[in-house]
Amino acid sequence: MAKLQATLAPVTTVEPVDQALYEVRKKIYPRAVHGAFAAWRWIFVLLTQLVFYGVPWLQWNERQAVLFDLAARKFYIFGLVFWPQDVVYLSVLLIICAFSLFLFTAVAGRVWCGYACPQTVYTEIFMWIERQVEGDRLARMKLDKQKLSARKFALKGTKHVLWIALALWTGFTFVGFFTPIVALGGEVLNLQAGPWETFWMLFYGLATYGNAGWMREQVCKYMCPYARFQGVMFDPDTLVITYDRARGESRGARSRSADRKAIGLGDCVDCGICVQVCPTGIDIRNGLQYECIGCAACIDGCDQVMDKMGYPKGLIRYTTENALHGGISTRGMLKRILRPRVLVYTTILWSIIVATLVTLYERVPLKVNVIRDRGSVMHDADAREAQNVYRLRIMNTQEVARDMRIAVSGLEGIEIEGASQAVRVAPASSLVVPVRVEAPRASAAKGSNRIEFTIEATDPAHPERAPLRVVENASFVVQ
Amino acid sequence: MSDFNGEFWPIYISVITIVSIIACAVLLWSLSTRRVAAGTAPNVTGHVWDGDLEEYNNPLPRWWIWLFYLTIVFAVAYLTLYPGLGTYPGLLKWTSRGEFEADQAAASKAYQPIYAKFAAMSIPDVARDPQAREMGQRLFLNYCAQCHASDARGGKGFPDLTDKDWLYGGDPETIVATITNGRTAVMPAWGKILGDEATHNLADYVASLSGATHDAARAAHGKEVFATTCVACHGPEGKGNPAMGAPNLTDAIWLYGGSNAALLETIGKGRNGVMPAWGEFLGPDKIRVLAGFVYGLSQAGQ
Repeated sequence: MAKLQATLAPVTTVEPVDQALYEVRKKIYPRAVHGAFAAWRWIFVLLTQLVFYGVPWLQWNERQAVLFDLAARKFYIFGLVFWPQDVVYLSVLLIICAFSLFLFTAVAGRVWCGYACPQTVYTEIFMWIERQVEGDRLARMKLDKQKLSARKFALKGTKHVLWIALALWTGFTFVGFFTPIVALGGEVLNLQAGPWETFWMLFYGLATYGNAGWMREQVCKYMCPYARFQGVMFDPDTLVITYDRARGESRGARSRSADRKAIGLGDCVDCGICVQVCPTGIDIRNGLQYECIGCAACIDGCDQVMDKMGYPKGLIRYTTENALHGGISTRGMLKRILRPRVLVYTTILWSIIVATLVTLYERVPLKVNVIRDRGSVMHDADAREAQNVYRLRIMNTQEVARDMRIAVSGLEGIEIEGASQAVRVAPASSLVVPVRVEAPRASAAKGSNRIEFTIEATDPAHPERAPLRVVENASFVVQ
Repeated sequence: MSDFNGEFWPIYISVITIVSIIACAVLLWSLSTRRVAAGTAPNVTGHVWDGDLEEYNNPLPRWWIWLFYLTIVFAVAYLTLYPGLGTYPGLLKWTSRGEFEADQAAASKAYQPIYAKFAAMSIPDVARDPQAREMGQRLFLNYCAQCHASDARGGKGFPDLTDKDWLYGGDPETIVATITNGRTAVMPAWGKILGDEATHNLADYVASLSGATHDAARAAHGKEVFATTCVACHGPEGKGNPAMGAPNLTDAIWLYGGSNAALLETIGKGRNGVMPAWGEFLGPDKIRVLAGFVYGLSQAGQ
């Protein structure tokens, strides 16, 4: 600690010490803030966490409504069951997320970072706990400066116990998305959770505790790639949180009754509230900085001061570079939200969303893989009929039993030997059905012939409904 | 490969490994202790961009260097515990073979209760058990379908397992014995011994046994040849002999084809059918489930 203070002290130190080559983190004590944007932030905290903590507990047809069953490789989302073959939907989801990020960032900067990113959300929750236990900014700074006492130990201990409890609950909930949460709860209470479940609960819990309790803004500043590349998606018409330098300068303290024009001061009273509330510890008055996560705490803080001073709000506000320096009116600024770039992003985003919804709606919950037995070379070459044997792996991806009827076509007189009765496939499971296909040699060419399997699936509980239908190509080989 | 099995190579590899680790440690230590005194100009690499943009040449952050030291600790621990230095077996005495056997032991322990259940049941009961049938089908598709086809109905040279016609018998015990010990069937080549004419006659007689189209005159001659040559295995009436797997020739079911050409080939050149022995590979538990599945195939119609 002595060394650290020495490096921070002015250059007049007598003894030669090593230079610090790297910046030492200065702990940030954000001050509590209230206002319109703070309210929005809390709304997002509540919404996202209601979904995260709540969804695993929902039930749907006697199973967990949202469950990613990695062991069985089945992914349940309410009425839908995704199989590994549906991985394309995952990539589409990621593409939708990416385009949403592009769109929101182009319109209003880092709104994702400021309102909905888990790092922000959990930091917000952890800071709230910290504030309830240790008090606001000044109280916390004072407490940290004190020597360890029973009171300090009790306060710090309480905070960490609460943090760890919340972090463990978060880890438990996370694992509850992958393993049925009710059963998991029972296992945890009886200390019987499996080794991997325990590992992931602790790992995710520890990550939450570390990131939201200790790392905080460092995650955004040094670790997060999105934080850095969102900057390049800004343009002069992007709404960013900005200090109105022309209106604020020269800054300085003054009495409320003073005529600021007469004493040559701008609207900024240099109270420092905007710096104190900033969770990344920057001074927004220095302009747009990469550390700014766009949380708008400084707007709320400054607006309160402006109100007290009787000045108009919005010395710090969401505005664009063009509006601030290009002389564009507020109306013009809002109009420019609908600029070509935003419209292109919006069009692409909605096209993908609509296309995805349509394909999801049209999706046939039945998949068939056809694998031909290679042993067909052995079949009797003298016979009038040529035979090929196939394995049909029929995957019934829906949670209803289905009766499958298999037909084959593509060659004159081709038919499935023997089997004509329907095969029942249990809900959300797959079955291997071997079939022997026979065709007169006269109608097939030597070598490989293209044939088609048609699999029709009826719902035995509702035989009147139109059957699902899947057509799969296969090769029929004749020597 | 044998070039690398001598006395020299394990030592050569060990020396290179140890020297490399020590060299890494020394390099790391020499890089991490360089300090910049206060007030002096920082080290620069000498690279300059855009006129005045220079690149510092500073040691890595301390935590980062410790991560590198950690890799060295890991390497030393690993080489102590596991076989990495030449012929030294490591404290844990780990071998890939040992791990495989441990995995196998763990798997058989995990599945033992399931198989134990079937071991206590008669094979016809195993054949009726839905879980056993599912397991049996999977085993069949893995090990048997290459020859007997996925639908178990075989092909040329490979018997159909779904019908009632058995070469060696279709009762449960015989099926278990067939899978466990395998079968080797030998039909000798009679072409050179009997001559062309007699072979043709014989082929027509064999065709007549199952009522297929044949030349009656040739068949009459063939009957005499059959009585002296074939009865030993196929019996006087051509009904076969399950004890040695000699097929019944009267039922119109042909393993290698029933056309005249196929019969001539069979008699003339002989046949050598081989069913491999699975006893050692699969073990009695899996064979029991598999036998249940196979037994069930021919009982399906009943």
